[in-house]
Amino acid sequence: MRVFTELLHWVEMTPLAVFVSQSTYGFSAIDMFHVAAVSVVFGMIAILDLRLTGLAFADFSVTDLSRQVLPWTWTAFAIAAATGVLMFTGQAVKYSLNFAFLVKIALMALAGLNVLVFHFVTYQGVAKWDHGVPVPLAAKFAGALSLAIWIAVAAYGRLTAYYMFP
Amino acid sequence: MMAELSQWVGSLPISLAMRRITWLVPMLQTLHILSTGIVLSAVVMIDLRIWGVSRSGTAIARSERFMPWMWTAVAVATLTGIALMFGAPRSWRDGVFVAKLYMMTAAILATVMLPIMLRRNDSSGKDAGVPVQLVGIAALVLWLIATLAGRGRWIAGALGG
Repeated sequence: MRVFTELLHWVEMTPLAVFVSQSTYGFSAIDMFHVAAVSVVFGMIAILDLRLTGLAFADFSVTDLSRQVLPWTWTAFAIAAATGVLMFTGQAVKYSLNFAFLVKIALMALAGLNVLVFHFVTYQGVAKWDHGVPVPLAAKFAGALSLAIWIAVAAYGRLTAYYMFP
Repeated sequence: MMAELSQWVGSLPISLAMRRITWLVPMLQTLHILSTGIVLSAVVMIDLRIWGVSRSGTAIARSERFMPWMWTAVAVATLTGIALMFGAPRSWRDGVFVAKLYMMTAAILATVMLPIMLRRNDSSGKDAGVPVQLVGIAALVLWLIATLAGRGRWIAGALGG
């Protein structure tokens, strides 16, 4: 644990981290792109999640919707992750003690696990339920879980800010 | 005038109550951010068909498919946005917020025009032409700028305002 804290202190001293924590508008500018990117991640993945749960967009095949939605989701996620890491470095120690932040990271790890299982197991059989037939329970579950996780990630992201700057 | 208005709003019972319920503002902000994401994504989905990146269905069908999501999300974002103006009346003062409202107005206009232009194209038997594609891009860019401006209070400071 001590090694971990020392590592975080070292992170805070890196030039990029110093820029984030010391510049007047650096953090705010990064945060602006972070929030916009997170909103796009949610909006795009929600379309696919709603299709998987069977709640909407049944007129699209799953593969067609994936092809349209996923490039935007991943691009937005890359921007959100890069800006998120930058903001973290500025006050690494403080974030590591922020309960809402830790919940957010745990939720994102769960989302990652959900994507891995869905992609490498459930999605392999997509040809059988791509269009016009009910989606299997495993895919419905993955969609519902993803939807719930991303709503919670956004909420805990906001709460992170509230614990940092009450 | 905005400064006095924001001070007056800040002293209203509703504003004081909102700040006492500590989870209310972050919860409204979360809803605001999520609904903004649905607005942007719905416009992206319509644009993908108009640009020809996706070819499934007609452009009009695509627009009719996503417009209800888009307008519902605009309504939620507007309601939570108005509620947040009472919870955090500081935002009334800065020029970036006013600029955001102008951007939103322009974005709404472009979004309203999209299905109208698509229907006119369709009755003349053509696929989405360049003018529709440009309005589609404009709608997305304007919504994106409005979204960014929502957390752009710092810009006023950076510009020395």
